[in-house]
Amino acid sequence: MDLNFTQEELAFRDEVRAWMAEALPKELATKVRNEAPLSKDDMLQWQLILNDKGWLTYTWPTEFGGTGWGPVKQFIFEEEMAYACAPRILPFGLRMLGPVLMKFGSKEQQDYYLPRMCDGTHWWCQGYSEPGAGSDLASLKTAAVREGDHYIVNGQKTWTTLGQHADMIFCLVRTSNEGKRQEGISFLLIDMKTPGIEVRPIQTIDGGHEVNEVWFTDVKVPVENLVGEQDKGWTYAKYLLTHERTNIAGVGKSNQMLDRLKDLAATQKRNGKPLAEDPFFAARVAKVEIELMNMEVTNNRVLSQAEAGGAPGAESSMLKILGTEIAQEIDDLTRRALGSSALALTPEVDEPGYNGDFVTPEGFGHASESYFNHRKTTIYGGSNEIQKNIITKMIVGL
Amino acid sequence: MDFTHTETRRMLADTIDRYLRDKYPLAARVEAGNSEQGFQPAQYEALAELGVIAALFPEDQGGFGGEGFDISVAFEEMGKKLVNEPVMENALIPGPILAAAGMDEAVENIIAGGARYALAAEEPQALYDLSHVETTAEKSGDGYSLSGKKTVVRAANGCDGYIVSARTSGGTNDTDGISLFLVAPDQVSARDYTTVDGGRASELTLEGAEGTLLGDEGGAWPALQAASDRAILALGSEALGIMQTIAAMTIEYLRTRKQFGVVIGKFQALQHRTAEMLIEIEQTRSAVINAANAMALGAEERARIMAATKYTIGKAGRRVAEESIQLHGGIGMTWEYDLGHFAKRLIMIDHEWGDQDFHLSRFVALGRAA
Ligand SMILES: Cc1cc2nc3c(=O)[nH]c(=O)nc-3n(C[C@H](O)[C@H](O)[C@H](O)COP(=O)(O)OP(=O)(O)OC[C@H]3O[C@@H](n4cnc5c(N)ncnc54)[C@H](O)[C@@H]3O)c2cc1C
Repeated sequence: MDLNFTQEELAFRDEVRAWMAEALPKELATKVRNEAPLSKDDMLQWQLILNDKGWLTYTWPTEFGGTGWGPVKQFIFEEEMAYACAPRILPFGLRMLGPVLMKFGSKEQQDYYLPRMCDGTHWWCQGYSEPGAGSDLASLKTAAVREGDHYIVNGQKTWTTLGQHADMIFCLVRTSNEGKRQEGISFLLIDMKTPGIEVRPIQTIDGGHEVNEVWFTDVKVPVENLVGEQDKGWTYAKYLLTHERTNIAGVGKSNQMLDRLKDLAATQKRNGKPLAEDPFFAARVAKVEIELMNMEVTNNRVLSQAEAGGAPGAESSMLKILGTEIAQEIDDLTRRALGSSALALTPEVDEPGYNGDFVTPEGFGHASESYFNHRKTTIYGGSNEIQKNIITKMIVGL
Repeated sequence: MDFTHTETRRMLADTIDRYLRDKYPLAARVEAGNSEQGFQPAQYEALAELGVIAALFPEDQGGFGGEGFDISVAFEEMGKKLVNEPVMENALIPGPILAAAGMDEAVENIIAGGARYALAAEEPQALYDLSHVETTAEKSGDGYSLSGKKTVVRAANGCDGYIVSARTSGGTNDTDGISLFLVAPDQVSARDYTTVDGGRASELTLEGAEGTLLGDEGGAWPALQAASDRAILALGSEALGIMQTIAAMTIEYLRTRKQFGVVIGKFQALQHRTAEMLIEIEQTRSAVINAANAMALGAEERARIMAATKYTIGKAGRRVAEESIQLHGGIGMTWEYDLGHFAKRLIMIDHEWGDQDFHLSRFVALGRAA
């Protein structure tokens, strides 16, 4: 056994780290560290920097212009992005749709869409969930009916992340009501500017706007926007789910958030003593750190299997559960370390050089909102209950 | 043993419940909570008219209640409807302090809903420890001159006066040497902001503010402890009310939301989670009953029970808030749906008057001392 990265991998990490230190704009890193909301421009700015470097498509094979990195290098890259507080790369185009097009899309679709999801021409969003189809995605009802050279789409998608910025949406739509529910679903690419599409904002409990409803009324979609074969969309969607797994645990992000929490606990004081020395608080921080240490090794075990060509099974679901629960615990402790100032909605304290009356420590003006916002992580991407169902199904097999 | 409320208290609960059902829509509460005012003055006055504030004061102070169970009943009902009118902050907390100082008229006005006061006790970097008092008070002429900072003073905006804790002797964390002063709002520079749970709070800065001593110089610690006890009882009762509403909403959702062809309440994994949530709520109810009962006990015995109660609310509150959102799925994450507002308040209750860790360590310390 050898728990360490190879010399080559370590050299790679140093290269990424050094580049990131230069290339990542400080204002962006500060916003990410402070959990401030990012604008469309913020996210695109970082995406384009990565694209110029050739690292945006770090999960893609070389024949499609990717880096061809294996799972370990992809992981290292993601870790470094997390430590550097880089904006996350939006998964919808690059991580979700991209691989589906590479595997099932036509040559024309690949040539047209792949470059455009990199250079900022197309902002993609994911249209799977519906009001009646959440965990039970196969019950989706949004219908596409073929009429000549077009599909006519009617229905509603919901929870569409950042759909308010989107140029394109990839949708699962119902094209048949016969046979098994999974067999009548198709995968369609739809231009958000098509007449009949309406995007309505959904405000989340933290007051933010990151999700939307997307309504379709007689929306005409050219048949060439069908991916693969009609009624086979479920297979493609499932392929996508098994594909994207290196970063599921969010080890780097949690480590970064834990460091930030420890810094906070060192400066927050009671009776003149740092909160970090309060035995109750210290024990809570220690417990989550231990879970995180263990998860990091679990994650590396899965990674090393994947590097050798193995496909992770129930471990993916385990890592999703662990990763989200650990991150949520860190959010909880961060909020608590703020004491009564966690009540204050005073984001201005994060502005550089803020010197006013508000007492929330600089950099933590969004911590309470984030705590509430991050409740989403155990709900989306297959809720943690669904992940547990998967684990028991795979291992217990009953 | 008898765990039923008196007839009078049941009537009080009924009256509040009926009023809130008819006249206190959540949407208006949420909107007001996120406005510059932070609450609805007309609602505050209406609650006073109903006798909600009078119920919190004993007869000799012009009220008709004032016992632990009176306080508990009133706040539990208000919690069920997520009332954020500052009855606790502007009446229950300051009222008895003013009464003890013989300010009968002020207390009368408080009970009538015509005057509001706020206790400004916590300081930045105190992390809930009210004995951490850096604010100083020095004799000046007939009165005192106060300087220092107070943090997250809820519903301070528009108050008729602040009750400020300040040090007249001793070191920063001594319980001796703290005094309370009545300070006029124009003596203080206040900066207010919206709170996460929908409401208003202020940072107060005093620079040579004029203050009138309330009670004995240097001997305010017991009064602060008593204020903390009242707050814990009120917050615990409110939390219990909130939890009941959350549980009802969650159960209703589990009964109606369908996935995989069945209502999600059919999934045993969710049934067990719901059962655990219900157990937590019953534990909370018992903790609150304990706290209400303890209001009639001596300060020392009461202190440990209050610490236990606040710990329980914090622990159970987090569980109920987080679980209810999770059991709802995406819908629980939205501003539009009522649940999130209840969950946010429930979590934020842990950030007032000491969180669960603060009171857990207090419980340990008090146990050791006993
Ligand atoms: C912030 C956010 C962003 C999102 N972004 C997108 C997006 O961009 N595109 C998109 O298509 N979707 C998106 N989603 C939707 C997300 O995938 C769904 O919320 C998720 O699938 C859960 O569905 P639901 O919300 O309808 O909850 P439900 O499926 O109704 O679940 C309710 C509860 O029941 C539980 N449950 C359901 N079935 C079972 C079972 N069989 N056994 C045990 N428990 C069960 C769930 O775990 C949950 O606790 C997003 C959601 C959120 C909150």
